[in-house]
Parts: sequence; C-alpha cells; structure tokens
Amino acid sequence: MGARPCGLALFYSLKADMTLKTTPLNAAHRAMGAKMVDFGGWDMPVNYGSQIDEHHQVRNDCGMFDVCHMRVVDAKGDGVRAFLRHLLANNADKLTTPGKALYSAMLRPDGGVIDDLIIYFMNERWFRIVVNAGTADKDIAWMKEQAAVHAPGLTITSRDDLAMVAVQGPNARAKVWQVLPQTKAATEGLVNFQAADCGDYFIARTGYTGEDGFEVMLPKEKVEEFWYALNRAGVPPIGLGARDTLRLEAGMNLYGQDMDESVDPLESGLGWTVDLKNERDFIGKATLLANPPTRKLVGLVLLDRGVLRGHQKVHTAHGDGEITSGSFSPTLNQSIALARVPKDVQVGDQVQVAIRDKMLAAKVVKYPFARNGKAVVSL
Amino acid sequence: MSNPSNLKYTASHEWVRTEADGTISIGITQHAQELLGDMVFVENPAVGRKLKAKEECAVVESVKAAADVYAPVNGEVTAVNSELDSAPEAINADPYAAWIFRMKPDNAADVAALMDATAYQAVVDSEAH
Repeated sequence: MGARPCGLALFYSLKADMTLKTTPLNAAHRAMGAKMVDFGGWDMPVNYGSQIDEHHQVRNDCGMFDVCHMRVVDAKGDGVRAFLRHLLANNADKLTTPGKALYSAMLRPDGGVIDDLIIYFMNERWFRIVVNAGTADKDIAWMKEQAAVHAPGLTITSRDDLAMVAVQGPNARAKVWQVLPQTKAATEGLVNFQAADCGDYFIARTGYTGEDGFEVMLPKEKVEEFWYALNRAGVPPIGLGARDTLRLEAGMNLYGQDMDESVDPLESGLGWTVDLKNERDFIGKATLLANPPTRKLVGLVLLDRGVLRGHQKVHTAHGDGEITSGSFSPTLNQSIALARVPKDVQVGDQVQVAIRDKMLAAKVVKYPFARNGKAVVSL
Repeated sequence: MSNPSNLKYTASHEWVRTEADGTISIGITQHAQELLGDMVFVENPAVGRKLKAKEECAVVESVKAAADVYAPVNGEVTAVNSELDSAPEAINADPYAAWIFRMKPDNAADVAALMDATAYQAVVDSEAH
C-alpha cells in the first residue's frame, strides 16, 4: 500500500515531528485517543476513531473542535472602521449592530487572496478579526503595513493569549449554556454571525460546518477545563478530518485549496463577499474591475463510483478545469467536490473527471451540498 | 489487534494468505487501515490480469486519502471481493477478513519468502519512530 498525495493529504504528514506547534489542548487530545497529524506545522487531531461517525455526530447532535491554531487579532483605535473598509473586499459598513460579524477576503493589489477571515464589530474603536492558522503571520504583517500608511494610530494586536473552541451542531448552544450558564443571558439572543463579549468568554454564533453553534474564544489557561467540561456534558471531540468534510458539504472555502494568492475571489466562489456596489475603494478593487472573471467555482457530484480529490482535471464542453477540494460526503453517501471551471459551465451540465486512468461522470450542482443536518443538493 | 501469525506480509502493508487451492488472498493490514481511516471506495484489478510483484493493482480510498495496493508476488488475478463495492468499511471492521483480491502466484516459493508477522511488526515499529 502506498499513499497517493491528494486532497487533504497535502496538509498531512503522518509522522510525528518534535518541532510541531501544539495547542493548549494537545494533552487532552492524546488522552481522548486522538490520531495526531502534522496539519500545516501544527500537531492536531485528525480523528478520535471514525471520521465519518464524527461527521454525523455534528450534523445530528453536536461536537467540539480545537481551533486554537487559528489566530485572533484585535484592531483598536480611532478610524478602525475606515481602515477595514479599505483593507477588505467586503464592506465593514455593513456592520452596524455591535457584535455582528462579516466574512471577507483580504486581497493583494493584484486581486490575489491573502486570506479569508471574519471580522466582528464590537464598537467604533474595536473590531476583532479571526484569521487562518497558516496565514496568520503574513496577515498580521500585511495589516500592520497597511495600517502604518492609512491608519497610523491603530493598534493591531495578535491575541496569542486566547484559545478557541468551536462547538457545532443542532444541540451545540444548549451544551455551551449548560457548561457556561453565566453566558446564556448575553448569548441566547445572538443571531447567526453575531458575537457577545462575556468577560473571559467571547462567544460567537459562527462556525465552519453548516450547522448552528458557537465559536468560543477564551483565555488559554481556561481552555482545557472548558474542553473537559463540555465533554462531561456529552459533547465529543471532533477531528480536523470531519471538519473538512463538514465544511465541504456546507460549501465553505478552504484557504490554500479553494483559493490562495494566485487567484481572485470572483473565480473562487467568493463573489458574494466582494462588495463592488458603491464608490468605496479597497485593496484589489481596481484589478477586479479591470479583469472580469473567466472561471468560476462550482459544485460537483460524482455519478460514477470513486472519490473526487483536489487537483483532478475536469473536462467540460467549455474547456478544462480542476477540482480544488474533493472528498466523500458522509451525508450524501457519494463523492462531492468544489471545482474551478470555465465560466460558461452551467449547473446541470455533465462533466468528466480524470481519476487515475479513467474518465468518470460528474454533475455540476449549485452548492452547498448539505446544511442543518440535511442534504440540500438536488440531482 | 495483532497481526495473525498464519499470514505473510509485505513492507508496503499488504497481508497475504495462502488458500487451500494454492491461490493467495491479499488485503491491507490493521496498521494500514488505521493510517487511512474510514474506507469509502475500493477499486479492484481485472480478473485475469497478470501482475508483477510490487505492481500497483488496486486502490483503496478512505475519506481522507487514496492508497495503492501492490501485488505481493508475480502472478495472475483470479478473483476480486465484490462485497467491498458496497461495504468498503468491512476493511476497517476486520482488515484480516476483508480480502481485496486473489492471485494465482507464479511460484509458491515467492509467497514463502515474504515477511512473517514478527518481521512485519518490526517494519511497523520502525515507521512509528
């Protein structure tokens, strides 16, 4: 048997490496029987047994994820809104209610995606930003570089003192309230994509699974206690393997696979997050306007037997494309993918995917594939 | 689960069992299924295909990765386990019962020369460090 490099395997190395970074939950993962892998330089749990069981657990009940490797950044000071309006492709002015969150791409001047992130509007002098683990250092360097030019009074602080746990699934919020009853009053009125600052606990109704739930930011020294308390309340740990199939079914992009600095957001399924509707200028806007997209991101469902994986070639009537993320969907019980294809490819088209020495049939679909416990794609 | 002592093994994590009719059954080891995780697809070689030792001939895919299965010796494919088409997870449940394909080896001596369970365990242990 020999592993083929494909899909997430690109990010995984199954060999232990003493130089890997660890989260404050590392010992807890090992105590809970996790299989640990090298995930972009972090020693992280890929599963605690069956990845498919963990996936269904989140769709049907709830589970908890260690996302301490992601980075919390606080931008504080006068003019923080104006700064973000210029820095990000989505428009910070959409945020008017305290706690409300916005998903956005952060672009290079040439339109390439530096990262995708979430900003939370706390008040006119404080926005909180959550960025990806693998891009955090370059993101913060870029933000500081831009702030030095456009908003010299601003402070950009990497909150390395904070940990983050995602609790996701239809029963997730109830479990968090069971463990942190003191936060219930402040968080039960939160709408989707809204957060509340509850002292030590910053609780956001956000996630990366297509299910209801919270992402909880808290002091690092409290996270292990929180993790075990959730577990005693009946919340099992979920590895990064299921996190990937959950987000793929939910049609959520993964930075480094579905987009990176070499592609623009309009060709990465992120057009809905790019606000071109008004006079606002932002970094990358001029390039996007001057270069209309020739490709787009679509969903694929494999009709033949097999498994779609990243980098497989997609042959369409309008030219070739490539799968950016592919896997087996536990909810649909067949293989699904996101693929970047020529823009004239339409939902309902049948395409061919090259898998090893075969050409297999797949159908172009509108994604997400599954959300809130159910398949939502129609074949 | 320990590696059964009545089987032969390859360094690439296949197990080999000699059947009463002299054919051999091939599957992947407990260590291999643990590394791969939940199986979702098995692609078998065509019956009648002639294989050289170490030739890629089947593919097992888990949710997270695809892996080639290699022929342990020279020979011809005589059967494939079609039950794995609809139930690839049988490999996770009992990797030593879930054979993937069978071969008629060109030389029985090639099979006898494969690793025994102890030698194979040493390979697994060396990979863990």
